Amino acid sequence: MSRVTIPLGPQHPALKEPANFSITVAGEKILSTSSRLGYNHRGMEKACEERTYIQDMYLLERICGICSHSHSTAFVQTVEEIAGLDVPRRALYIRTLIGELERIHSHLLWLGVAGHEIGFDTLLMYSWRDREVVMDLLALLCGNRVNYGINTIGGVRRDITAEQIAGALRDMDILEERTRYYIDIATSEPSFIARLAGVGYISREDAVRLQAVGPTGRGSNVAIDIRATDPYAAYGEVDFKVITDSHCDVYGRAVVRLLELMESYRIVRQVLKEMPDGPVTVKAPRKIPAGEAVSRVEAPRGEDVHYVKGNGSDKPERVRVRASTMANIQAVNKMMENNNLADVPIIIAAIDPCFSCTDRCVRVIGGKREDLGWRDLRRHGISWYRKHWGIDFGELNRKLHSLRGER
Amino acid sequence: MKIIDKLVNWSRIKSPWVIHFNTGACNACDIEIVATLTPLFDIERFGCILRGTPRHADVLLCSGPVTRQIRDRIVRIYEQMPEPKFVVAIGTCACSGGVFQGCYNIQGGLDSVIPVSAYIPGCPVRPEAIIDGVVKLLSTLEMKEEAA
Repeated sequence: MSRVTIPLGPQHPALKEPANFSITVAGEKILSTSSRLGYNHRGMEKACEERTYIQDMYLLERICGICSHSHSTAFVQTVEEIAGLDVPRRALYIRTLIGELERIHSHLLWLGVAGHEIGFDTLLMYSWRDREVVMDLLALLCGNRVNYGINTIGGVRRDITAEQIAGALRDMDILEERTRYYIDIATSEPSFIARLAGVGYISREDAVRLQAVGPTGRGSNVAIDIRATDPYAAYGEVDFKVITDSHCDVYGRAVVRLLELMESYRIVRQVLKEMPDGPVTVKAPRKIPAGEAVSRVEAPRGEDVHYVKGNGSDKPERVRVRASTMANIQAVNKMMENNNLADVPIIIAAIDPCFSCTDRCVRVIGGKREDLGWRDLRRHGISWYRKHWGIDFGELNRKLHSLRGER
Repeated sequence: MKIIDKLVNWSRIKSPWVIHFNTGACNACDIEIVATLTPLFDIERFGCILRGTPRHADVLLCSGPVTRQIRDRIVRIYEQMPEPKFVVAIGTCACSGGVFQGCYNIQGGLDSVIPVSAYIPGCPVRPEAIIDGVVKLLSTLEMKEEAA
């Protein structure tokens, strides 16, 4: 059967964000895919170098509107590490609380999007209706539905009151009951299971080799969760399980996200009950001393890494972000092999992609791309220096050889 | 205004089909647009329905500052839409560039690339504000009808 290459995106009903996949198919079967990113590249890492640390925090929160708290937490943790600040425990608990509420809203959002991609629009409408419960709670605690702006260097900006805690506990009961219903659908509804099982298979070995993180990796039985392996904020003091699943397909990823919701409710309840008293912020210096630090945070989509290098002024010298979709995007191309073309939207949606987190600037110098081995690189270097500096390495080489006593 | 024009204008006001395109946003405005379509806010009661292709759409909802990669694509999408067409800039970034002003890969607000009919500021825009903006846009059509 002849091969056809189908472009998907940047504007496509199946994509919520601009990205481009070029999919080679024979009939309905996908032979190979390649992804092209960069439509959302805004140049934020460079922009951070021109803004102060406080401005950077608000800017980095807007890398991605869905895991905004994870990005700002990772950034403030690095800055606090460089500045040697001791963050109050109450602030750490509030950060954990908002982080988990963000995970709840993100996973409910994903459930709806996944339902939409498989033609189960009722699930979209149900889960997004229930998501409004947690959105209202976030608006109550932070003052904004998305892009919460609760972190600050040295703590958090808002304290929470006893009435808010009581309200949050009530909301958790509502959400837990609804999530039980969704888990019931996911485990017993035959059409849901038949549509997702076996789609987008990636084995555990491949998931490790391609560095899948977060629910994508956990759906392939890779037990990585930064909350457990490298605890930050108050995660070291709360009890929760790392959910894994051995289905290794889209169904596995759906089950992982649904069961993680239940764990998130447990974490939120523990955090609310054990919230320590005290201040919520310490005073941070305007100028951060020279130094560098790396911080890892488990965003709803997986591991989020921030690196900051300070130079003693009020602006960082370098900020580097590795968001979770960047790690997962390689696995998508592998997952799509040998699937049907109609499964592409749900396979892309199953990693919960966030291209605004991911888009990086890659500059290909010259028109064509080529792989250079060491021998080629050496040859390239010799010819470049001969052309630009008039240095003849042949003469030097002969001298070197004669000094060594070789021919 | 002839009776047929009145009928066309009435149907235009009562069923504006929308298309959503992310021009480099952080996803926050995009999820609020989807939230507007879902049961709690339910913009479908004004006859709005989300379409997949620009050729079916009357209103283009754009979120985010225009990146250099997107610039040519957004113009092509705009040109594919049938007349009369309306563009709504959703979020502070789409209105003016917002926090991304001065970034090397940012073109600026949406109006630096295509004509914009309505601006809805906010970071992110609340679903209530999106509904308000869309209803205000539709009410300008009603006023046009009265004036004619």
